[in-house]
Amino acid sequence: MHIVVCAKQVPDTAEVRVDPETNTLIREGVPSIMNPYDAHAVEEAMRLKDKYGGKVTVISMGPPQAEEVLRQAISFGVDDAILLSDRAFGGSDTLATSYILTNGIKKLDEQEKVDLIICGKQAIDGDTAQVGPGIAVRLNIPQLTYVMEIVELNLEEKTIKVARKLEGQKEIVQAPLPALLTVVKDINELRYASLPNKIRAARFKAMVWNKDDFPGIDPEQIGLKGSPTAVRKIFPPPERGEGEIIPGGMENPEQATATLVEKLVKQEIIADK
Amino acid sequence: MAVEISKKKCIGCGLCVQTCPFDALTLENGVAQVDPDKCTNCGACVEVCPTEALALDEPQKKMSKEEKEQVKGMTETAREMSEELTKYKGVWVFIEQLEGEVAPVSWELLGAGRKLTDKLDTYLAGILLGDGVEHIAREVFNYGADKVYLVESPVLQHYRTQPYAEAIVNLSKKYMPEIILMGATTMGRDLSSAVATKLGTGLTADCTELDIEEESSYLLQSRPAFGGNIMATIVCRHRRPQMATVRPRVMDMPVYQEGRQGEIIREELGLSEEDVAVKVIDFIKEKGKAVYLDKAEIIVAGGRGLGSKENFKMLEELANILGGTIGASRAAVEAGWIGAEHQVGQTGITVRPKVYFAIGISGAIQHLVGMQTSDVIVAVNNDPEAPIFNVATFGIQGDLFKVVPAMIKEFRKQLG
Ligand SMILES: Cc1cc2nc3c(=O)[nH]c(=O)nc-3n(C[C@H](O)[C@H](O)[C@H](O)COP(=O)(O)OP(=O)(O)OC[C@H]3O[C@@H](n4cnc5c(N)ncnc54)[C@H](O)[C@@H]3O)c2cc1C
Repeated sequence: MHIVVCAKQVPDTAEVRVDPETNTLIREGVPSIMNPYDAHAVEEAMRLKDKYGGKVTVISMGPPQAEEVLRQAISFGVDDAILLSDRAFGGSDTLATSYILTNGIKKLDEQEKVDLIICGKQAIDGDTAQVGPGIAVRLNIPQLTYVMEIVELNLEEKTIKVARKLEGQKEIVQAPLPALLTVVKDINELRYASLPNKIRAARFKAMVWNKDDFPGIDPEQIGLKGSPTAVRKIFPPPERGEGEIIPGGMENPEQATATLVEKLVKQEIIADK
Repeated sequence: MAVEISKKKCIGCGLCVQTCPFDALTLENGVAQVDPDKCTNCGACVEVCPTEALALDEPQKKMSKEEKEQVKGMTETAREMSEELTKYKGVWVFIEQLEGEVAPVSWELLGAGRKLTDKLDTYLAGILLGDGVEHIAREVFNYGADKVYLVESPVLQHYRTQPYAEAIVNLSKKYMPEIILMGATTMGRDLSSAVATKLGTGLTADCTELDIEEESSYLLQSRPAFGGNIMATIVCRHRRPQMATVRPRVMDMPVYQEGRQGEIIREELGLSEEDVAVKVIDFIKEKGKAVYLDKAEIIVAGGRGLGSKENFKMLEELANILGGTIGASRAAVEAGWIGAEHQVGQTGITVRPKVYFAIGISGAIQHLVGMQTSDVIVAVNNDPEAPIFNVATFGIQGDLFKVVPAMIKEFRKQLG
């Protein structure tokens, strides 16, 4: 069995701050990490490998420094990792990105048939959740999104049964392989890198595929040209109108609270039932 | 030695950018910009500009025959492209239903869609897919749609990506809408991604504001980016339909007009069960997880300031008196004081109650994005600098352990 995991390097959005003077993002010093959902995708692939054997390949599109996330994947024990990197890929939106990754996966498939593709449910920098389904559509295979559990993998019949996390309930669905899954964090707990894998990761140099490695790639579908969406404007989040601070909260909390409650009831914000 | 751009005349349509054979033009802040090192003064952009915003600053340099041909080809494609775009008309809203029950975000989107159609002077339609769902069409009209595109089939009984996506792709190819909107729900996000990829068009996820740019008629799709730290407006210039998913409970509900009439356009799915590889086996309701925060009209939410699990009881008492539901910040959830199903915010639930009480919550951006469209926000915090006060309608700067018991007492008194 050959499992491919798509992983992305992202800025740690928890560390991103906005310069209040200029309203621009302060990116300096913001660490780059493996997209947290993708880490769970790698983990799930490794669990399947532990159980059923086979091979796990991680693929990432990004600038040369994105090799770091591949190294991290190696430290989790994956067999191989490929970086798709080319200036011509820069500026790709989700449509172009799914096209490029699909080309990469097809190339892997030629080398060794791919049975399962696992992605994180979304990347925390863009939060779009569009790339995984985009790949599934392009490969014309089933997409199973928001997977919280792999219920059954049947290698004889080549089917997979999963639980999808929906609002307030879970859905059990079955699909033939090859299929593409996107996973939520609930699916597993991440493992720690073992020492031998850490050593392997430290020495690891990822294979880099660029545009020229894909003779059939359509230049109209990659990079800025292949991206229908464009950012028109960046602006600070909207502010709400001036609020009213009820005075005396520190000195006389009972009085301040009484004033507040009276306002809420009088203005029928809280209705008297 | 480069083309000159009149910032006044430029409407940022991007045709020149698309046309330039030398990649010398870009759009910055919605206005064309030229890179003089790349510009060869070929004039291709001047040809396509619809507002004559571009002019050559010196006589055209001699072009080779090849270059001329190339420029001519580019110009033609650009023209065809802009003509092609004007063929797309109408704003469509995907009506998300589960066993006949419609997700409220669909109605909110009909409200938002109506504002767009008013600016575009076009029609508003609902896309209704399912098995035996025709009766819902009436509701769709009552919430403001002029048309309903209806596809019914047993294959569509439960949501599955492939048949739903194919149905919408076929409708879209046939009737050519300008805009398709869906809720940013699990279903909407799953479906919209597949549809957009099949149609080869742009899709913006999780929008919180929609508008139409007057000069270009582009859909302006605004959404929080980088964990809510900043907002970005996205446009899809050259492909149609323009597609967006929109967060639930951000747009206002439209006025319900009983007895409004509309046109139903029925289409066949053209798929049978054998054509669909994915099978739905079962649905399992999550036990005890149904807090329905998203439907609550009053939410009493607590944060790290509460200090312990014990102290959440105080909030429960207050919530009981008000008929409210308990919410929480992630800090409170991570401390183990309350279940994750109560978490409000970026990685929790987006809520829009009539009243939101934020008790001992600082108001981190990730929390604010989940509750700042609440009608009224009441904040209790002892730190006058807490960002929650920036979004509060009413605030008390004080110790919650004094204020909350006083609230309980006062509300009891006032509400009997
Ligand atoms: C990727 C990411 C996603 C996230 N998603 C979410 C999310 O979905 N939801 C969410 O809530 N957070 C989220 N967070 C976390 C968020 O950044 C904050 O850490 C969190 O919201 C803080 O919770 P808090 O306000 O309860 O705690 P704190 O920030 O510690 O605030 C506690 C407040 O209580 C006040 N206080 C203390 N004692 C008293 C008292 N006696 N009386 C009155 N006031 C008192 C303090 O002044 C302080 O303002 C996310 C973070 C990241 C990085």
